[in-house]
This record gives sequence, C-alpha cells and structure tokens, in this order.
Amino acid sequence: MIKIKLFKQVGPFAENKDVAKDIRLKKLIPALSKGQNVILDFENVEGATQSFIHALISDLIRKFGNEVLDKIKFKSCNDTVKAIISIVTDYMQESA
Amino acid sequence: MKIHIPNSVWLGNIDPFLKGFYPLKPNELKITFNKKWISIHPMVLSMIAALGLQIHASKIECEKLEAKSKHYLERMKLFHFLRVKSGISVKEHEAAGRFVPLTQIKDSKSLTKFVTEVTPLLHLEPKHAEPIRYIMSELIRNVLEHSLSKDGAIVCAQYYKKSNTIRIGIADTGIGIWKSISQSYKPKNDLEAIGMALTPGITGTTIKEGGTERNAGAGLFFIKSIASVNNDFFVIYSGKALYKLLKRTGKKIKLHVDPFDDRHSRRDDLPSWQGTVVGIDLSLDKTQEFALLLQLLNKTLREAIKERKKARYKKPQFI
Repeated sequence: MIKIKLFKQVGPFAENKDVAKDIRLKKLIPALSKGQNVILDFENVEGATQSFIHALISDLIRKFGNEVLDKIKFKSCNDTVKAIISIVTDYMQESA
Repeated sequence: MKIHIPNSVWLGNIDPFLKGFYPLKPNELKITFNKKWISIHPMVLSMIAALGLQIHASKIECEKLEAKSKHYLERMKLFHFLRVKSGISVKEHEAAGRFVPLTQIKDSKSLTKFVTEVTPLLHLEPKHAEPIRYIMSELIRNVLEHSLSKDGAIVCAQYYKKSNTIRIGIADTGIGIWKSISQSYKPKNDLEAIGMALTPGITGTTIKEGGTERNAGAGLFFIKSIASVNNDFFVIYSGKALYKLLKRTGKKIKLHVDPFDDRHSRRDDLPSWQGTVVGIDLSLDKTQEFALLLQLLNKTLREAIKERKKARYKKPQFI
C-alpha cells in the first residue's frame, strides 16, 4: 500500500497536468503494476480541474481496466473534488 | 490591421466591434478610440494586446487617447503590451478587489502561479472563486496545449460593481480551432469546428471515446456549462466564426450536449481572427454551488457518451 499526499505537489488547486502525469508515471503505474493498493490523499486540496484528474487517473482505467478503482482510495476529498473524480471515473467507464 | 475601440463593448453587443476589425496587412496595427468614453469587455483588451505582441513596436500606431476613461486602459497595462507611451500617469491603486491586468502566460508553471494569485487578487468568496479559478485555468491550459501560439495566452479580468459580475477575456494568436480540431476530425468550416470543440468528448488530439491520457475533450463544454447554469454570456471567436451563448429565457436549467441546442447566436462572416478568443461573464449574485453544477455536468456527459456509442451500434440487417 502506498499513500500519495497530493497537496505537497499540487497546492490548494490541482490543475497542473504535467504534475498529474508525473505522479501517474512515477508513482501510480509502478505501484499498481506491482499489485499494490494506492491512497490518493487530497487533504487541503480545495479544488481540481477535470483536466488534472483526467491526466492523473484516466490512463489507469484504460491500462488496468475498471477494476483498478478497487485498488485506489481517494482520501479527504471535499465535495467539489469528489464530484470531479466521479465525473472522470464515470465517463472513462462509459467510454470503455 | 486596424481596430477601433468604440465607447461600449460587452459580450451582448460585441458583434459590431468584431465586424469592424480589419485583419489585412498583418505586419502593422492601427488603433483608434472613441473620443468620449470607453467601457470595454476584457475580451477586447486581450485581443488588442495579443495583436500588439505580434507586431514590431515601430509598426503600431496608437491614436492619442482623449476619452475620460483612458486611465483604465493604462491600469490594465494595454499600452505596456503595445509598447506605446501613453503619456497617461495614473496613481497605481492596489489591484485587489477590482481587476486582473493584462497578463501573458506562456507555460504551465506561469499558469499555476497565475491561478494561485488570481483568487486573492479578486477578493472572492470561495463560492465565487472556485468557478473563476476553474475557468481561467482550463481556458489558459487549452491555449498552451492546443493553440501552438508562440505568445501563449493573454488574459485579463475585471470586476463590475454595478452588475456584481466578473468579466474575463482570453486571447491567443495560434492556429485557431478549425486547424486544431482538423487534426482528428473534418469540420467543414470555423463554425462547425467551434461546435465540435464545445461538444463533450471531442478533442483534436484523438477520435477515441474517452480521449487520450492527457485530453478528454470536455474542457470547453465545462466552461460553457458553467456560464449556462449561471445564466451568463459566453463567447468564442475563431477564424471567421463566432458562437455566443445567450442568457436563458426560462428558469429551467438544462445542459445541452450540442452547443447549437443552447440558446445562442452564431455567425461565420466575421473578419478572420488568426487564433481563438474567449469572453465570459460570471454574475456573482447567481453563482450556483460548484459541486452541484458538477453533478449536473456529470449526468449530461454520461448521456452524451451513451448517445454517441449508441449512434455507432451496428444495426441488424432485416431482409
């Protein structure tokens, strides 16, 4: 199990897709490839763009299938962040 | 190129201003002003600044300003972008609570810095700050990723006390929407390309449903939807085409997948803008809770994908 504290890298508003890509490639994919579970901790993150969340997790759903969502937990999300994550996970599954 | 700044331009009446833009002779720029009073939307300022950046300072001819509101243009840093000495001296007030002056953003790092600074600059409550931060970030990132403009995005914003509205303008002088969308689709003209860019799930980077690992093709749809839910104007101008989201007449909020199903005006006979310009208003009195808006968006987006998938179903052949 690995825990990624996003605030340290993205600040209060998660919008930088380059940072999202970095986290995905350097932390998420290696951990999930080894079968590890992941906690994405959004503590102190006040908001996020759909583009950021898409860049962070859409490719995981594409690569590992919908089941990858059983391996990822989204921690300490406020209502806005929860809504954006739900949008991305929903449309990625609908698109499959 | 020639551009005349009339006394009043806001998104509702922007068409005559755009119609008067003269895009020929792209190596020179002549700017004239209304003599008495100038009240212009940030979209107009962003456009002029973006044009100015493309041209050598010696080829910019800027008429001497006589209008009483000339100090506003100085404060918004228009003359700085045009590299023209205005001769106007202003007492620099603290910008907080009133405006975001013209700012050029050329990379992702500058965008992050800008978005971090913009909320305290406008002194907004979280309810209002969320959509504004969101809109600016997504629109500017669109420019950085898709416009291929060497000058990046030119952005500014202004708070209007009387209408309690934030007005935002973002311009680029890149490849424009038609060329961007044409990398994956075949839009017939600028207007069709704008329609595609506003449709959720369509991106110039791929024809795959769900987009690429980097783009979902939902950014502009989100922004149009924020304006639609709040009953505000949203304008997008690229090439010869203009799409303008008009205010709803009824109370019922419905988000449409096809932008041409929204209450709108459109035209494809304008002087050609090499790049893309977006203007948006956000009335602070009517701002909906952002999380609720996102739930509504989610529903519309899922329906859109279902509809598109259904349209691709193979039909049984009955003989």
